Amino acid sequence: MSERDNLSLDSAVAQAWRGFKPGAWQQAIDLRSFIQSNITPYEGDDSFLAGPTARTTALWNKLSDLFAQERERGVLDVSQIPSSITAHDAGYIDRDNEVIVGLQTDAPLKRAIFPNGGWRMVETSLKAYSFPVDAKIKEIFTKYRKTHNDGVFDAYTDDVRKARSSHIVTGLPDAYGRGRIIGDYRRIALYGVDRLIEAKKAEKKSIDGAHSTDEIIRDREELSEQLKALNEIKQMAAKYGFDISKPAANAKEAVQWLYFGYLAAVKEQNGAAMSLGRTSSFLDVYFERDLAEGTLNESQAQEIIDDFVIKLRIVRFLRTPEYDDLFSGDPTWVTESLGGVSEDGRSMVTKNSFRYLQTLYNVGPAPEPNLTVFWTPKLPEGFKKFCAKVSIDTSSIQYESDELMRPAWGDDTAIACCVSAMRVGKQMQLFGARVNLAKCMLYAINGGRDEITGEQIMPAFEPVKGDYLDFDDVMKKYDIAMEWLARTYVNAMNCIHYMHDKYAYERIEMALHDYNPLRTMAFGIAGLSVVADSLSAIKYSKVKVVRDETGLITDFVAEGDFPKFGNNDDKVDQYATWLAETFMNKLRKHPTYRNAMHTQSILTITSNVVYGKNTGNTPDGRRKGEPFAPGANPMHGRDKLGFAASAMSVAKLPYGECQDGISMTSSIVPSGLGATREDQIVNLARSLDGFFGITGFHANINVLNRDTLMDAMDHPEKYPQLTIRVSGYAVNFIKLTKVQQQDVISRTFHGLM
Amino acid sequence: MTTPDSNHHTSLIGSRFELRKVDNSMDDADVDRLTHEGRWGFVHSEETGSAVDGPGIRVVFWTTGCEFRCLYCHNPDTWKMKNGQLTCVDDLLDELKKYKDYLRFTGGGLTVSGGEPLVQAPFVMNLIRGAKAMGIHTALDTNGFLGDRLSDADLDDIDLFLLDIKSWDPETHLKVTAKPVEPVLNFARRIAERKRPAWIRFVLLPGYTDAPENIEGIAKFVATLGNVERVDILPFHQLGKFKWEKMEMKYELGDAATPTPQQTQDAKLIFRAHGLKCP
Repeated sequence: MSERDNLSLDSAVAQAWRGFKPGAWQQAIDLRSFIQSNITPYEGDDSFLAGPTARTTALWNKLSDLFAQERERGVLDVSQIPSSITAHDAGYIDRDNEVIVGLQTDAPLKRAIFPNGGWRMVETSLKAYSFPVDAKIKEIFTKYRKTHNDGVFDAYTDDVRKARSSHIVTGLPDAYGRGRIIGDYRRIALYGVDRLIEAKKAEKKSIDGAHSTDEIIRDREELSEQLKALNEIKQMAAKYGFDISKPAANAKEAVQWLYFGYLAAVKEQNGAAMSLGRTSSFLDVYFERDLAEGTLNESQAQEIIDDFVIKLRIVRFLRTPEYDDLFSGDPTWVTESLGGVSEDGRSMVTKNSFRYLQTLYNVGPAPEPNLTVFWTPKLPEGFKKFCAKVSIDTSSIQYESDELMRPAWGDDTAIACCVSAMRVGKQMQLFGARVNLAKCMLYAINGGRDEITGEQIMPAFEPVKGDYLDFDDVMKKYDIAMEWLARTYVNAMNCIHYMHDKYAYERIEMALHDYNPLRTMAFGIAGLSVVADSLSAIKYSKVKVVRDETGLITDFVAEGDFPKFGNNDDKVDQYATWLAETFMNKLRKHPTYRNAMHTQSILTITSNVVYGKNTGNTPDGRRKGEPFAPGANPMHGRDKLGFAASAMSVAKLPYGECQDGISMTSSIVPSGLGATREDQIVNLARSLDGFFGITGFHANINVLNRDTLMDAMDHPEKYPQLTIRVSGYAVNFIKLTKVQQQDVISRTFHGLM
Repeated sequence: MTTPDSNHHTSLIGSRFELRKVDNSMDDADVDRLTHEGRWGFVHSEETGSAVDGPGIRVVFWTTGCEFRCLYCHNPDTWKMKNGQLTCVDDLLDELKKYKDYLRFTGGGLTVSGGEPLVQAPFVMNLIRGAKAMGIHTALDTNGFLGDRLSDADLDDIDLFLLDIKSWDPETHLKVTAKPVEPVLNFARRIAERKRPAWIRFVLLPGYTDAPENIEGIAKFVATLGNVERVDILPFHQLGKFKWEKMEMKYELGDAATPTPQQTQDAKLIFRAHGLKCP
């Protein structure tokens, strides 16, 4: 910047912004403008990268001992001070040897409680891990302070309760933080908190003239809360000896400032997914400047990122064992989005994108942060190959389509959780887990009765008559069942998010958003491939029904073969597409809280196991209790034609109807990618080009042998860092339950002989 | 005769790693009549997204019928042509067409393998020409023994040959495959003269094909050809054993060892010493 431009700037700001290209970002809070004017795309390969410093390794080793203790006890320690931005004193792993500082509580891996979400969750978790409950805190949150959980159950209808207890709807965020909101943590680094306070005040003032309706009053109250949170984050940083009121002046400060933003969020909220955003190339601007100024070398740059990533790896929340059944392996979804190209076609890959991936070597494979590469065939070859190499070595990366997200949401988009795209700082979602559409089909067949308990869940309608399923008859009844389910689901979601805003509002995350962001209400469906195959069975073979003594249809016998989802066969794939479109349109009929835009995901996390457990026999031949395929995957072992056919069936699902994402998880054996390492790297990169070149949305890529997993089941101690991608996130394989481990092992391994 | 079922698709679905035998009770005259023009052929299986059957990511069709009786064959269910699924070339091309864009992005193409594809040369050439018309790269995985069934024009329409040379030593070749090696080498010379790109594949079977002079013989020969872009060593494995057992065939290699990484590496070094790319 010229001296002239600097005249109007505070000298600290001018110093912090030295050398940056000016732009709209100086006048308004506009990260995209800053990034587009200032990043240096990197076209080279991975040869510039540095290994871990001795300090990094020592710090990681120290934590590894704590991880072992944590694994043994389930939870290492708990602080019963209700968590907030400023609730805890400064905490360190090893104070003198940390480059980036800040912990959720005053000690590493010590978990906090978040009673605003619901007291029951806190108490159940404490008891499950044998921690005594602090009676005073309990009194406060059961007597004086209402929680989100209390509010939701005050507002739920009978239908919602029934749907919930019969497991046709599962995982609703009605007892814990909803998550999937990404604060734009970069803003703190670029602008400093004072400037953000100023901008927030202006936003609040802008609605002073508006009449005080429910909505306006709520907005004003929320903006006031956001302002309080911004002041608190300064206090939090001060406990660590930092003043973040002004912008960061170098790379290390930029990482520290940004991390303080994220840290405040995970001190304040225990959302299911607490994602980071799209930070690597933003930070690269600072690293490039320091490297050019000679104040930093590559090893030091890597060390900062390694230390930052270590911090992200130790984010913890206190969860109940039931929660872990759904989301096994203690995920926090610290999702970071890397790569992609900008709207004008320039690569957004920087050296810092490489550094983030390099952490998987420097401190070993790990599920968090959830490293997510925005893939397009247009990415630079050097980056593609490095990603492929890291996938082959660590199975820790997920890939999402830059080609589908960029036109929909722009080039400053990040993933929250697994597959939920949102414009950073300009969009948030109201998360809503998912419904079980396979079970819904069984309800359709049984006139709204549960296929396991026989209980009437939906209002009664005529069940299937006769000995064989008739396609048109089943479709007609399925329509009735889905109609009820969609209405009930939207009702539940509206109650949840109304109460979440009221009792557990995300002050700091929303302070790092523009006023009135785009809200999406993210619905989800499970059982896609079970339904598609079942409809195919009914259509192309003859399906005989088996009834119990009460007339309930509990089993099916398919006479003859039928096409199965996952073989790129339109005869059956059309039913998967039909299902996604149909259910989405039914959801759209019902207005949402805060007029959020309806979206839908096809994603199951690890809950494909629990959904399967709660679902009876299905017409496709799947047995009662057998896991579903994860996300939008074909059922295990039914995709017979290899990776491309399997992936293309999934890629046919329309993103326009599934804008909260379509998850696919693939396992490939290393030898299936080629005979040599070089072949394997190139071929994995080419496979990804193929999948994302057509209309694939998401791919979790695991490159490993089934034998490795079987050995890890028997000898977990040998595999403390064995990481595997499940559905939208990665886990430590050894942290999965036995049933989930078996489920992963039973999946299709492409290239397997 | 059996009426070819145009609605074959579900029955083609199956992995090459599965034992697949279709009971075709057609008489031979009907088979000859149907397959003569190459509109119809017998197909074992299909795989999409293969990364080990030529450059890039490939769609692979495995045909049935083979003259060789390789001791280590991992797909003995492909030996008899009538074990395959009778398939119309147009249906296979329709199937391939679904992957056109995918293959373009991956830099891959179609590979026809077997069995020995040249047992059904007219069918295979129709398939390859159909793929070529769609702009899809084609590779033929062959043992070359029936190379005479391809005209020079045929050779020119195939983008890449994956030529298996099982042994240099004629006696070993006979022992391992039950057929002489000379026609294979003649075919190798012919595609070299025609300057058709080729990858050579060699199965390393300890105690049979691993004699240094045997490998040396192939390497020396291949190095003189001038059209060979790459040599792949395929280490023998026991993963096809179950098929022999299921088909109640006598499997002679039940106790045979798979090559050690060192043995595989040694074989590679011999090829590399002749200036060949052998990754």
